[in-house]
Amino acid sequence: MDFLRPASWEEALAAKAEHPTAVPIAGGTDIMVEINFDHRRPEYLLDLNRIELLREWEVGEENVRLGASVPYTQIMENLRTELPGLALASHTVASPQIRNRGGVGGNLGTASPAGDAHPALLAAGAEVEVESVRGSRFIPIDEFYTGVKRNALQPDELIKTVHVKKADGPQQYSKVGTRNAMVIAVCAFGLALHPETRTVRTGIGSAAPTPIRAKEAEAFLNAALEEGGFWDNGKIITPSIAKQFADLCSGAANPIDDVRGTAKYRRHAVGIMARRQLGWTWEQYRGSGRTLEGAA
Amino acid sequence: MRVNFTVNGRPQEADDVWEGESLLYVLRERMGLPGSKNACEQGECGSCTVRLDGVPVCSCLVAAGQVEGREVVTVEGLAEFAKDRAEHAGCAAGTCGTSLDAAKRWEAKPGQDSQTGEGVELSPIQQAFIDAGAVQCGFCTPGLLVAADEMLERNPSPTDADIREALSGNLCRCTGYEKILDAVRLAAARQERQGEAV
Repeated sequence: MDFLRPASWEEALAAKAEHPTAVPIAGGTDIMVEINFDHRRPEYLLDLNRIELLREWEVGEENVRLGASVPYTQIMENLRTELPGLALASHTVASPQIRNRGGVGGNLGTASPAGDAHPALLAAGAEVEVESVRGSRFIPIDEFYTGVKRNALQPDELIKTVHVKKADGPQQYSKVGTRNAMVIAVCAFGLALHPETRTVRTGIGSAAPTPIRAKEAEAFLNAALEEGGFWDNGKIITPSIAKQFADLCSGAANPIDDVRGTAKYRRHAVGIMARRQLGWTWEQYRGSGRTLEGAA
Repeated sequence: MRVNFTVNGRPQEADDVWEGESLLYVLRERMGLPGSKNACEQGECGSCTVRLDGVPVCSCLVAAGQVEGREVVTVEGLAEFAKDRAEHAGCAAGTCGTSLDAAKRWEAKPGQDSQTGEGVELSPIQQAFIDAGAVQCGFCTPGLLVAADEMLERNPSPTDADIREALSGNLCRCTGYEKILDAVRLAAARQERQGEAV
């Protein structure tokens, strides 16, 4: 095994081009487990800890440019207003020790269906900026996850920045597990209201081969909200609409039975989370005192 | 490969480090500092918690090569670290800290009482753990001490929820956590009293 320690982003890209099998290591919270347990012996480890730009973030007009290695702790503490869904999701990641090391870039690189950031990114809307010596490209988050632990990265590419849409309305996130800390999601759900475009977006985690959106549910709710004039009149969403939305979210899930839970339970729980989050976010939208910072 | 980094305030060098090796392994097996415990090796239990550039991390999940040029504080250096923090608001220019020899020799010696902590150089959080009876088998203790000490540095008046959150990455299978919570509350209360006295 070789340990590559590029001092700059350019050096990292050159190293990845020269050694496409090199495994990037930033927080190490996924890859070190595999190495410790002898599940993986990469030929090269590509350490990204020295690359300053990966730990920086910038709040722009429309987006937050989030460096791939910005630790979850920083997202929780500094981006609660701009990225409430992702901040809530970050808070559910493992433990303080892990949140001090891990970041969204690693979540995307591993592309586990259970990764905590994914539902929040899907709901908010995001693009993943990846780069290689050949150039850079933006991958829409909807096209990023290609299979179980597979993503749209080419072997010579590295994840540089995640461009997440700044919240223009309330967002929520929840995750089902046996305790608050150190839990791999049984399933997770994220919801974002986008009053500017009068749309909603969803994200489902751990209930399909990849993180997914419940697009049919979104389309139904968008139409129902428009038709009832809800965005303007701010009325309480009728229970039948909420139920239909929840059922469609449930139906979008395509889960399996495993040690953490059964497919049936996951489908059920996704529906419950969808209905509750619709209630919470809509109450926030109606301005009943709950802040945008969220408190799931 | 060779890795140079600062351990408990003193520069150290580790040789013949395997590229896939964890910081925890380097500390325990190459530097003779077994205070950080090796239990789950997957970041679940927190018993290997150390400070990396001041931030609590699981040392089992940090690749040794990643600590090149950086600063690590282990439980062996915690007493000195806490003292420096209290006296000079941190350590300047490597004049303080704990030498590797001193850290390796750290144990309760004759004339010291490991039951009460008397005569032993301890950090306030260590003393509080002893006084509150928060140590049973002791395996989780080093990680809890490092995590709790860091929380008290950041948040001198923690609520119970703050304490639970800060220690949520540290598992203890003996105590049921109640005495550990007592110990952290005790250390916080003592810290507060000291602050008022100054």
